[in-house]
Amino acid sequence: MNKQPMSQKTFRDTDMQAVIGWILRLGVLLSMSIIFIGGVIYLYRHGQAIANYHTFKGIPDFVHNIHGILNGIITFRGQAIIQAGIILLIATPIIRVIFSAIGFVLEKDYLYIGITILVLLIIMASMLSGHAG
Amino acid sequence: MMSVIVLTLILFIGSYFAGLLGSLTGLGGGFVIIPLLTLVLHVDIHYAIGASLVSVIATSSGSAAAYVKEGITNIRLGMFLEIATTAGAMVGALIAVYIPTNFIAILFGIILITSAIMSLRKKAELINQEKNLLAEKLKLNSSFPTPNGPVNYTVKNVGGGFFMMGFAGIISGLLGIGSGALKVLAMDTIMRIPFKVSTTTSNFMIGVTAAASAVVYLQRGYIDPGLSMPVAIGVLLGALSGSKILVHTNSSGWLRWVFAVVVTFLAVQMIYNGFIGKI
Repeated sequence: MNKQPMSQKTFRDTDMQAVIGWILRLGVLLSMSIIFIGGVIYLYRHGQAIANYHTFKGIPDFVHNIHGILNGIITFRGQAIIQAGIILLIATPIIRVIFSAIGFVLEKDYLYIGITILVLLIIMASMLSGHAG
Repeated sequence: MMSVIVLTLILFIGSYFAGLLGSLTGLGGGFVIIPLLTLVLHVDIHYAIGASLVSVIATSSGSAAAYVKEGITNIRLGMFLEIATTAGAMVGALIAVYIPTNFIAILFGIILITSAIMSLRKKAELINQEKNLLAEKLKLNSSFPTPNGPVNYTVKNVGGGFFMMGFAGIISGLLGIGSGALKVLAMDTIMRIPFKVSTTTSNFMIGVTAAASAVVYLQRGYIDPGLSMPVAIGVLLGALSGSKILVHTNSSGWLRWVFAVVVTFLAVQMIYNGFIGKI
């Protein structure tokens, strides 16, 4: 482990752990609050509607693309707000990986900069392949 | 036929208990959520997988935040193995479209039983200190804090563990679960990592793994906001309560058995319904 004296202000593993913990906590807290607010609006407006998830038919258009979601947030549509929260929640661990990459850059750990970038590329490939499918 | 508000309440309460049991036993909430949605509430399995995946990201990120700060999680090991789990998750999510839903249900049942049996295993804490060239090159060897000071450990069979992680990733992407039991198996039995480290590092990886397949499912319309909302909130709150209980009691032995029985029952139901084509 790193045993540098405190006066030598270098970025260490423990700093990275603190930053990662902080990002994960903030991401979950923020996205869950957004999902909750969206949920309250959704239930207030559509609580009495009939729920039907028996057959798979995808999700409504206005929560399926970024444009629709942004539009839905402005017009206060509960489902659009929930979906925005869910996207932030999914982004949270990915943001964590980006910050790990920055951490490895500060530690000058080139092997792990490479490994972290590879993980990010795989997630990006997954995102693009889902779009094509 | 059920109104949205009634379904939401049932889902919230069910998810709370799923999260509670999942955290007490270490199996994760997805294992109860998918049978609850498909068998009890007759929700299409695609929506169930989407909602479960969202709850998996919430709980693993929430608890990873706490573990990381304690310094037990091996971040480099997690990062390295995430290459395998995210690639596997991508493959799993992509092939899920071409696999009949009844096969997915049967596979779910099999993985469920396997994980339940593994969670009952006796855990002997062993510290591996053999030298391993690849583990050294990859800087995977580390130490973790104990009341008697930090304990050093080394990692064994890097290739085997990496391969097993790829498999865990495929299962996670295919079924919408964290597959934490498979990840712990890879690190425990194959790579000989101390139990405390393997559990927390596995949990650390689950969020990224689930996110890699969630980006596919999000675009395919599997993640429905109305359904995912009570599931994600319920499972997260349940998991938080579970971690509070774990701190105060040590007698979770009988609870593991209760859960194993419940899980086996659910698994048999999933397999049966898969075979008769009802899922």
